[in-house]
Amino acid sequence: MSIFISDVTLRDGSHAVRHQFTVPQVQAVAKALDEAGVDSIEVTHGDGLGGSSVNYGFASDGDYEKIAAAAEVVENAAICVLLLPGVGTIPDLQRAYDCGARYVRIATHCTEADISAQHIAAAREMGFNTTGFLMMSHMVDASKLVEQALLMESYGAQCVYVTDSAGAMNTDEYAAKFRAVREALQPETEMGVHAHQNLSLAVANSVACVKEGAYRVDASLAGLGAGAGNTPIEAFVAVADKLGWDTGVDVFKLLDAADDLIRPMLLQPVQVDRDSLSLGYAGVYGSFLLHARRASAKYGIPTHEILLELGRRKMVGGQEDMIVDVALDLAKA
Amino acid sequence: MGVKAAIIGSGNIGTDLMKKILKPSQTILEMGALVGIDPASDGLARARSLGVPAIDTGVAGLIEMDGFDEIEIVFDATSAKAHVYNAGKLREAKPGIQLIDLTPAAIGPLCIPVANLEEIGDEKNVNMVTCGGQATVPIVHAISQVCTVDYAEIVASMSSRSAGPGTRANIDEFTETTALALEVVGKAKKGKAIIILNPAEPPVMMRDTVFALTQDGDPELIREAILKRVAEVAEYVPGYRLKQEVQFDQIDSEVLVPGLGYFAGLKVSVFLEVQGAGDYLPSYSGNLDIMTSAALRTAQVIASR
Repeated sequence: MSIFISDVTLRDGSHAVRHQFTVPQVQAVAKALDEAGVDSIEVTHGDGLGGSSVNYGFASDGDYEKIAAAAEVVENAAICVLLLPGVGTIPDLQRAYDCGARYVRIATHCTEADISAQHIAAAREMGFNTTGFLMMSHMVDASKLVEQALLMESYGAQCVYVTDSAGAMNTDEYAAKFRAVREALQPETEMGVHAHQNLSLAVANSVACVKEGAYRVDASLAGLGAGAGNTPIEAFVAVADKLGWDTGVDVFKLLDAADDLIRPMLLQPVQVDRDSLSLGYAGVYGSFLLHARRASAKYGIPTHEILLELGRRKMVGGQEDMIVDVALDLAKA
Repeated sequence: MGVKAAIIGSGNIGTDLMKKILKPSQTILEMGALVGIDPASDGLARARSLGVPAIDTGVAGLIEMDGFDEIEIVFDATSAKAHVYNAGKLREAKPGIQLIDLTPAAIGPLCIPVANLEEIGDEKNVNMVTCGGQATVPIVHAISQVCTVDYAEIVASMSSRSAGPGTRANIDEFTETTALALEVVGKAKKGKAIIILNPAEPPVMMRDTVFALTQDGDPELIREAILKRVAEVAEYVPGYRLKQEVQFDQIDSEVLVPGLGYFAGLKVSVFLEVQGAGDYLPSYSGNLDIMTSAALRTAQVIASR
C-alpha cells in the first residue's frame, strides 16, 4: 500500500511558534523534509493565506516570501498552501501559485462546504492540485460529512479530507466517518486524514483511516501543530514501515530534522496537558490554545475554563476574536 | 404622502426592507412596488397580502407599471450582475431616479449613512457595502475622527442560517468590499475583513469585532468616540450594541502588518453584537437587519433633502 505523506510542519506547526517561522528556518525545514522524501510540504500561516492578522496573529515574515523560499530549495516535494474562504481570497491563491505552490487545500467548517465552490474552481483553473478540507468533523454525523464531501467533489476537489481540527475523535468514530465518506465519493477522488494529538490518538487515528482508504496523511515534525500538535511524522512513518506500507520516506532523516531542527526552535513544549487535552475533550478548535493562554494571562481566567466555555458556545474555527469576549464574560461572572 | 419607493428583489433582504417601510412609524417613504422574477416567491406573496403592488417580471415590469413615474427611489436587493443591468434600464427610463444598491456591484460610492452620507452628496446611485461593513465601518470612522488609524481589521460572524446563497457563492466579494470600505469610508490606511459562518443551533446572534491599530491615539478619546458612535448607529439599528468595554493593548515589539509594514503602538478591540428587529427573518439575523436598516436610513435622508 502506497501512502502520500503530506507534511504540515510549516503550516499547522506555525501555530505552536505563534507564526514566527523565519524565511531561513522555512528553507532549512523544507530542505530536510524534501531530502527525507515527503510528498508535499505545506507552507502558510497557520490560518491559511491571509491569516496574518490581529485576530490570528501576525507572522514574522510574509507567506509569499516563505512559499517562494521553500519552492526554491525543494527538488521533489510539492509546495502546498492552505486557504480558508472568508479569510483568504482568490487573488491570494494566484499569488501563491506564482510563488511556486502547486497543491492547495481549501478549508471550510464541516457544514459550510458551499462557500468553497468558487475557490476550488479557481484553484483548479490555475493548475493547483486541489483538496477540499472539512474542518471540525467531530461536530457532525457521517451523513452530513458525506453530503458536504460530495459538494466539494462536485466543485472539482481532487481530494477530500475528513479533518479532526479539535483532536476530538476516538479511533472508532473517525474510522466510521471516514469509511462513510470514502464509500460515497468517486473512487478516483483521493481522501486524506488530518489528526491532532489532543487525546493522544493522532498516530492511531491516522493508521485507522489509512485502513479505511486514506491515501494522504497529514503529519508534522515532532508533531508540531495547534493544540497538542499533529500526527508526529517520524512516528507515523515508523509505524507505516512496520506495517509494510510504502511511504517512500526515510524515517531517520525525519528523526534528525525533528530533533536537530524543530525541537531547538520550540518556545514551549507541544504536548498533551491540561489545556490541550481540554481542547480534545470539549471539541474546541486547536488553534485557540495559545490565544486563550494570552487571554488567561490578561484577564485572570484559567485557560482551560476559557476553552471549555468556547466549546459550550459552539464556536468554530476562525472565531479567535471570541476568546477575549468569553474571557471578559467569565471575568464578569 | 411619503416619497414612493420600489424594491427589486423579493428574497430575504427585499422582503425585510418592505416590512420596515410599511411600519406605521415610518412616514417618509411609501411602498410603490416589490419586484421579483418568481411569481411563487414568498416575498411577492407577502406584498400582495399587504396591498403592495407585486411585480413578477423584473425591472422591465417595474418600468412598464402604472405609476412608475411616481417612483423616486429604487432599492436593488438582487445580485451584482443583475444590478448593473437594472441600473442601466432604470437610468434610461428615468435619468433622475435615485438608486440604492444593496448588492456588491458598487457602481456608485460606498455609503455608510452615519459616516459619509453627507459627503456623498446627491449621487444618484449609492452602494450599501456589506452587512459586516455597516456594522464595523462606523466604528473605524469614529476612531479616525480622534486619531490616525494605521490598520483596521474586522471579524464578522453570523449564523449559517442567515447567510443566503448570494453571500455563500461569492464570499470574496464580502471580504474585499468590506476591506475597501474600511479604507475609503473608515479612513484606515489599510483594511482587512474576515467572515465566519457558524452553524450552531439555536442560531448565534450576529457578532462583529473591530480591531484598530494606531500610534497616536488617546484611549479615553477613542473610547468616547466609540460610545457616541454606537448610540448613533443604534438610532437606526435598534439591536446594535457594544457587547464589552472597549479593550486596549499596547503592542511594544513591532509586528509585520501585511500591506502596511512594521507597527508598534496601540491596539483597540471593539466587541459588537447586532440583534435583528425580527421583521422578516428571526432576530439572530442581525446581518440582514443592519443592511436593510442602513439602506432605509439612507433613503430617508435622501428623501428628506
